[in-house]
Amino acid sequence: MRTRAVVGLAVLAVVGLGACAPEDNSSSGSSTPSGADACAKDKLAVKTAGALTVGTDKPAYEPWFSNNDPSNGKGYESAVTYAVAKKLGFEQAEVKWKTVQFNTAFAPGPKTFDLDVNQVSISEDRRKAVDFSSGYYDVRQTVITTAGSKIANAKSVAELVDAKLGAQVGTTSYTALRDQVKPKQTPAVFDTNDLAVQALKNKQIDGIVVDLPTAFYMTAAQLDNGKIVGQLPSTGTTEQFGFVLEKGSKLTGCVTQAVDALKSDGTLANLQKQYLTQSGAPELS
Amino acid sequence: MSTWQPSELQRERIAYRRGRARRSTLIAVASSVVLLALVAIGIGSTPGWPRVRETFFDVHRGWEALPVVAQGLWLNIRVMLSCAVLIVIFGMTLAIMRTLRGPIFFPLRVFAAAYTDIFRGLPLLLVIFLLGFGVPALQLRGLPNQAVIWGGAALVLTYSSYVAEVFRAGIESVHPSQRAAARSLGLTYRQTLRFVVLPQAVRRVLPPLLNDFVSLQKDSGLIAVLGVIDAIRAAQLETAEDFNFTPYVVAGLLFVALTIPLTRLTDYVARRQGWYGGGGGLV
Repeated sequence: MRTRAVVGLAVLAVVGLGACAPEDNSSSGSSTPSGADACAKDKLAVKTAGALTVGTDKPAYEPWFSNNDPSNGKGYESAVTYAVAKKLGFEQAEVKWKTVQFNTAFAPGPKTFDLDVNQVSISEDRRKAVDFSSGYYDVRQTVITTAGSKIANAKSVAELVDAKLGAQVGTTSYTALRDQVKPKQTPAVFDTNDLAVQALKNKQIDGIVVDLPTAFYMTAAQLDNGKIVGQLPSTGTTEQFGFVLEKGSKLTGCVTQAVDALKSDGTLANLQKQYLTQSGAPELS
Repeated sequence: MSTWQPSELQRERIAYRRGRARRSTLIAVASSVVLLALVAIGIGSTPGWPRVRETFFDVHRGWEALPVVAQGLWLNIRVMLSCAVLIVIFGMTLAIMRTLRGPIFFPLRVFAAAYTDIFRGLPLLLVIFLLGFGVPALQLRGLPNQAVIWGGAALVLTYSSYVAEVFRAGIESVHPSQRAAARSLGLTYRQTLRFVVLPQAVRRVLPPLLNDFVSLQKDSGLIAVLGVIDAIRAAQLETAEDFNFTPYVVAGLLFVALTIPLTRLTDYVARRQGWYGGGGGLV
């Protein structure tokens, strides 16, 4: 009697496991769409019909977004997203924003967004987990500090080796700090750039490594006596930010087409002029 | 004087008991194996399993990340051990303060009670931010600036309040007759506490104390918000390289590998000191 009950329970458990297993939707996307009409609005495989769901983290930082509100079309990434949506045939009102933490954007499993825009750098290793559109911004990593710190007048990367530098966790800024500067002290790693700025104000660190537009924003708006030390030398391959899409998403090709079109017609360059300061940061040797 | 031999009947009994014991073991092993196999088949046959396996259980990736994560864990261990010593001292002091008798000690009792109330209630993360970013922002000369020190201080303040309550429960669980007997033998209040009450109290609360210690081991990673790199933060950095979560699993395994021997050790020590759990004896 007891044995029967136990076996019954075990069978139930396994059947239950099977029952809550999702259907396998073996989609092998990433293929280049043939012709422009493959990317017509009604043919796009979006999460919600008639709307483009775009994810980004909260808080959304300047100069990529404005006033922590991605839907106002201000800030570089917000503007680029609306331009891409327009290319795909979505009106401004049809773009639905969704808060997606940086880390959950690339967790395995089905995504809740069509695309995610969050200053995510494209890399071959990351492509194993998610799809990327083509790059919409070429990134340069920059070192910032405060006036009077020991690296304020550094002219070369070699002069940064003894400093205590910080970066945001999970960013290519940290990778650049680790691999290019090769500091003698363990880098300080922060959850957000705001915390890194706080530590810099407290003189707990000597400098922060961030991408160039953020560096301009931090030194202008967040620090009283902020100073850009300089850009790290480029390492041959240009680092780029791209839209994140679900691995094998059917949209990837179309989004890439839209980004490429915006690049060739000069829209991206104009938006960069409008939102991102591009000059005034020296190159470190 | 012939050597004693168990009777035929007794030998049969022993053989029968051995047989039953063997049978029990076999059934237990078989049932465990069947259950594990069913679970493995159940999970393994889900459509998403290959994706989950390569994202969370990629042996090669885990091996690659191990040195970095282990280096982070070394920070956890150092923070944990140095904080644990201070926490036991402060916690015990607070508990003794709170159980003092007599009207003269009223302010101490109130202080201990208020301290526990406040620090048990405050979220640890807030205490860490207050000390880790707040104190250095004061720009006082002579105070350390390192994140590890202030993060550790926050852990000590918060955990002392937990541990103080555990010790207090232990002290108050010692039967009043023990104190009465000690005092009637001519021991002073201090001696009674030192030789009669505290040894029994500490022995009784060893398991919950270990709970707090294990919890501290994991919470020691929270000081990573101040910029230092612990095991979990190291795993996060590794994960960001290729969006593979195996390094987190590696960190988890390392934490568990720390915890299990510790648990066995404290159980052993408690038993050596004559603690038999709630039953109070072998029967």
